[in-house]
Amino acid sequence: MIRVTRKVEFSAAHFYHNPDLSPEENRRVFGKCNNPHGHGHNYVVEVTIAGEPDPVTGMVLDLKELKGILQTEIVDRMDHRHLNYEVPELAGKIPTCENIATVIWQLLLPRITKGRLDRVRLYESPDLFADCTADSANGRARA
Amino acid sequence: MKISVTRRYRFAASHRLHSPGLSEEENRRAYGKCNNPHGHGHNYVLEVTVTGPVDAATGMIANLGELDPFVEREVVEPFDHKYLNEEIPEFRASVPTTENICREIYLRLRKFPAAQLERIRVEETSKNSFEFCG
Repeated sequence: MIRVTRKVEFSAAHFYHNPDLSPEENRRVFGKCNNPHGHGHNYVVEVTIAGEPDPVTGMVLDLKELKGILQTEIVDRMDHRHLNYEVPELAGKIPTCENIATVIWQLLLPRITKGRLDRVRLYESPDLFADCTADSANGRARA
Repeated sequence: MKISVTRRYRFAASHRLHSPGLSEEENRRAYGKCNNPHGHGHNYVLEVTVTGPVDAATGMIANLGELDPFVEREVVEPFDHKYLNEEIPEFRASVPTTENICREIYLRLRKFPAAQLERIRVEETSKNSFEFCG
């Protein structure tokens, strides 16, 4: 099995706030990330597809196609957006690394038809990232 | 689908690779330049990966407000700007190779109460990295 990884970047604003918590609790739990004016990051997403190379093309999948999928599903939805207000898939969720990576995984899963989605790694900064990984190296990925 | 979150930390430390179970000659052969009795040092990068359910209230597996001070207290503060062979008690009995550093850091961090420790990865230099998953 071969793994192929493609990287995309997007820049977006967010802040962390849970309406079920008091302002005091929000500040304690989320710290600086609770600033209601928001702040932003240059996010980096690495998407890994696993599969066997096609004997004719020598490719697991056409990277041009994957590039197009990542543009539509990730960059067009999230780049230069405010993640709390402008991405419906994140509505009602705190836009943490974990939750954004999970939304990206769910958006990509039905779009990958050659090979299988193996991992979504979302960097919020070079020092913090979340990984969504397929349950089993040999089994089909599940949502 | 399984989810994890990884945080990177840094510490700079010196060490010497020398095994009391080997002769002087064998130590030089096994460890090469790393056997220099005066020691040498690295800018280590530590990656800590934790896993577990994402808390619906916070959207997080582990709050960095808890993980950062825990790693700081258990590893970064005791290891940073230290001579590992002498100042980390565990390395008086074992050679501070990055393999053993990974294992020692894993043992210290697996006590983290708020999430499950999945993996420790240490970069000794930008060219060498080591992983330990327990």
